[in-house]
Amino acid sequence: MRPFGYAAPATVEQAVGLLAAEGSEALAGGTDLLSLLKDDVERVDRLVALRGVAGLSGIELDGGMLRIGAMTTLQELRDHEDAIAALPALAVAIDGVASPQLRAMGTVGGDLLQRPRCWYYRRGFGLLALTGDGRSMVAGGDNRYHAIFPTGQARFVSPSSLAPLLVALEAEAVVHGPAGERRLPVEALYRAPRTGGERETTLAPGELLVGVEADVTGSRSAVYEVRQRRSLDWPLMAAAVTLTGSGPRAEKARIVLGHAAPTPHVASAAGDFLSGRELTSETVTAAGDAAVEGARPMSGNHYKVQLARTAVRRALGQAAGMEI
Amino acid sequence: MADYSWPEADRRAQIGARPARLDGAVKSTGFAKYPSDQNPNGLLAAKILTCPHAHARIVGIDTSAAEAMPGVRVVQVIQGEGSEIQWAGDEVAAVAAVTEDVARDALRAIRVDYEVLSHFVTEEDRDGAPGARPAGERAEGDPDAAFATAHRTVERTLGMPQMAHMCLEPHGQVCSWDGDELEVHASTQAVSTLAGQFATELGVPASQVRIRTEYMGGGFGSKFSPDRWGIVGAELARKAGAPVKLFLERDQEVTVAGSRPSAFARIRAAADEQGRLVAWDSDSWGSGGLPGTGQTPLPYVFSRLPNRRTRHTSVPTNLAGSRAWRAPNHPQACFLTMAVLDDLADELGLDPIDFLDRNLDLTGRPDTYREQLAIAAEMASWKERWQPRGREREGAIQRGLGVSVHTWGGRGHSSNCDVTVHPDGAVEARIGSQDIGTGTRTIVAQVLAETFGLELHQVRVSLGDNVYPQSGPSGGSSTVGGVTASTRRAAQDALREVLVHVAPRLAAEPEQLVAEGGRVFVDGDSSRGMSWREAAAQIGGAPISVQGRNPGPGRLISSGVGGVQIAEVEVDTDTGVVHVERMIAVQDCGLIINRRLAESQVYGGLIMGVGYALYEEWIPDPVSGRLLNADMEFYKLAGLVDVGSLEVHMMTGPGYDERGVIGLGEPPVISPGAAISNAVANAIGVRVPYLPLTPDRVLDALAGRGGPA
Repeated sequence: MRPFGYAAPATVEQAVGLLAAEGSEALAGGTDLLSLLKDDVERVDRLVALRGVAGLSGIELDGGMLRIGAMTTLQELRDHEDAIAALPALAVAIDGVASPQLRAMGTVGGDLLQRPRCWYYRRGFGLLALTGDGRSMVAGGDNRYHAIFPTGQARFVSPSSLAPLLVALEAEAVVHGPAGERRLPVEALYRAPRTGGERETTLAPGELLVGVEADVTGSRSAVYEVRQRRSLDWPLMAAAVTLTGSGPRAEKARIVLGHAAPTPHVASAAGDFLSGRELTSETVTAAGDAAVEGARPMSGNHYKVQLARTAVRRALGQAAGMEI
Repeated sequence: MADYSWPEADRRAQIGARPARLDGAVKSTGFAKYPSDQNPNGLLAAKILTCPHAHARIVGIDTSAAEAMPGVRVVQVIQGEGSEIQWAGDEVAAVAAVTEDVARDALRAIRVDYEVLSHFVTEEDRDGAPGARPAGERAEGDPDAAFATAHRTVERTLGMPQMAHMCLEPHGQVCSWDGDELEVHASTQAVSTLAGQFATELGVPASQVRIRTEYMGGGFGSKFSPDRWGIVGAELARKAGAPVKLFLERDQEVTVAGSRPSAFARIRAAADEQGRLVAWDSDSWGSGGLPGTGQTPLPYVFSRLPNRRTRHTSVPTNLAGSRAWRAPNHPQACFLTMAVLDDLADELGLDPIDFLDRNLDLTGRPDTYREQLAIAAEMASWKERWQPRGREREGAIQRGLGVSVHTWGGRGHSSNCDVTVHPDGAVEARIGSQDIGTGTRTIVAQVLAETFGLELHQVRVSLGDNVYPQSGPSGGSSTVGGVTASTRRAAQDALREVLVHVAPRLAAEPEQLVAEGGRVFVDGDSSRGMSWREAAAQIGGAPISVQGRNPGPGRLISSGVGGVQIAEVEVDTDTGVVHVERMIAVQDCGLIINRRLAESQVYGGLIMGVGYALYEEWIPDPVSGRLLNADMEFYKLAGLVDVGSLEVHMMTGPGYDERGVIGLGEPPVISPGAAISNAVANAIGVRVPYLPLTPDRVLDALAGRGGPA
């Protein structure tokens, strides 16, 4: 490994100060970042360890407001009976992180901000994987696990297990930075980088994700992930849905795809279509079709369009308690 | 005493029993020291720098910065300036350093300038392959005439890609020099033959090279030679004057240390109105990396099919050369053949088991297959549960059953075994074989214990060291036949010497005596006997030591086995995800020494088979020429929850036992790809032409039939 510095701040303010320096990177559970460093895919001057920072971990259910600290481990969240009872879809999303070791070490913030699994990126070809003359290695190569909604040259997929659900819930991210606290929709944490130098998240230097908050009352959510293996495996496609209101009619529907685009992909046409409609076999199928409108699959991932349709249909069915 | 032979069924105490493997506890608790666990004093760690390009020429190489790094002891250039590299992952330089991390850092400090050349890695694209060459054409009978008059013909293009061995313990070794004497703790399948190969490369006499492999973590056909990293490891150790551990990193293990050749084919097969196979025409191709690949045995099992023509094209690619993979060429040939026959049965409107049964006279062992097909069908409740294609149920989830048959040789290899009986009754065997996970240590102990009438804990087996008598490499399912035959002969000879000493004390001839149940006594009159310990004491002060050999006199082994497997799958037709619900395996292997270990080999074959049927493949990148899944993240192996319920039936008893011991490691891995593919076709009504049966391929096949996607 290349040498790097290591800082262990005790407060959010100290952490933010340390992270403001160029080349600093926050270290949460370390389940992926350390591998990236060992493989020389990413380089850092200094790791800022968050484990000793006060106030970053914990789960609170206050009325219908669920607050989760960024350093809460996935297993702690999974074991929180009230949180799971209030939002059962969380259990599905967390159980999808299929190894107990990863759930024990991995954190909520780490899951949301983890780097893509794109095999070109992981082999050192960069996040956009462009050749010297600017051609996409992904488009010309093997893209079976890549985006069906590429954005520009960003063709990797957002790998977060929790993000689609939190985006569907319109959860907020709480971020601390040099200028203090700011809140933004979880959806706004993500972007598709336009150049090789850009990250896939919107956090500015010195900014630290400290937690997420979601109103879990008055809605029904579900997550459906398509996996090839039942054992440890990444989803090929994931869908999260949140239906507002009770009864057969959805007052409002939010449908979000994971593993489909460089960011959690809000399928707004599908959500708009379903909002105000009754959920039936026909309408959820139509929503699944609407969710893939505008998909631009590449040479090897047409099948993911069908997976997205199915994942949406099945997630909606589960949220509505229907047999699909 | 009788000739060399196995005891009759009613006189077997150990043979055919189910003792647990002797080293199971030390392996599962971590006390077993594998070659990669060896950490002698002063050990250095070595790592290898590999070429990132699939085809390149080395223009320059500068190791000075690496050499200057603290903790770096030796830097060695493996392929220097001017070398042409033919695959990504080929070895360029090596470093020995005080820790693995320092060695890795030093690799990064080596500057190599490459002239990048054009590459070809897309093996299925025969027409685009620059080096494709004919590799065999055979014909028998008159296929054209037979096709012209046949009742039904099917034509399919099918294939399966290259895949990795993925040994859990990577290739590598620990090398220590003491003057001109080299000791190698190697993860190898060939303890007895490795020393000579090291010696030739290193310029020392083979008598000064010691190879030790007490345990090893998987080979599957990929660990028969020292390999370049073995020789480099020894050279680094010699230069450093310190022991050197060099085991491949996981990405190297996947990329260069073992792959199974691909096989693709356009096949036509035809049958007459009675469902009898009458014609075969196959145009096959495949790649085993740079060397290309030879012809797979088509048509498989039904090799006496009349009127057949086979052509093969070898497709070289810029990928590391393939290695023998558990039953070389057979899983490929089995899939290509059984899928076509299964489709032909469907075309004929026949139950595939009935169709196979009608054609068994075209195989080498019709009686065995007929019996096995009946047993497998019974286990699967095939008659009640099998339905022809096209009768799918409501909903997305479909179920199906598929069947396949396979064959293998498995004759025992050359083997020598020293058996020693001590005056205190202690019995030991020394054999230069290796236990590659199949249970060889336990098998040898059982043969010893059987012969001397002792319990397993009363005998000792030493193996995995080339100072012991030469015993063959563990390949071709040849180990069990080789080691049991040499051990049995040595043990029978040693016992005979003991009995010569004992006979006068019992007023009997040696030929009248038997050793059973911890005693030596006159056969038929157990009162005229003595304990084993007392008997051994009769030999005097010095132990008896005898060497047994295979081949040798007596009929202890033979070769040639058949097996039948049935797969039951569940297919989600909306996602293309296939899950294996159940695998049934019916297998013969002659006389079984250890039922538990025999079944364990079949379970292992089924698990590995589910892996290559559903998940495993090399994914070379057409753009960079590198493998994109040289890891355990996207190179997917079957997990326990993916393999379904596994049910094994071993053929034993009259008709099987008297054939003697036959190897078993390979046959059970041959059929799963074919059986699972046939089950998927049965479930969804259409053939998915390629393995592994990934969701994209399943959905494509469904789409071709007007399904989704």
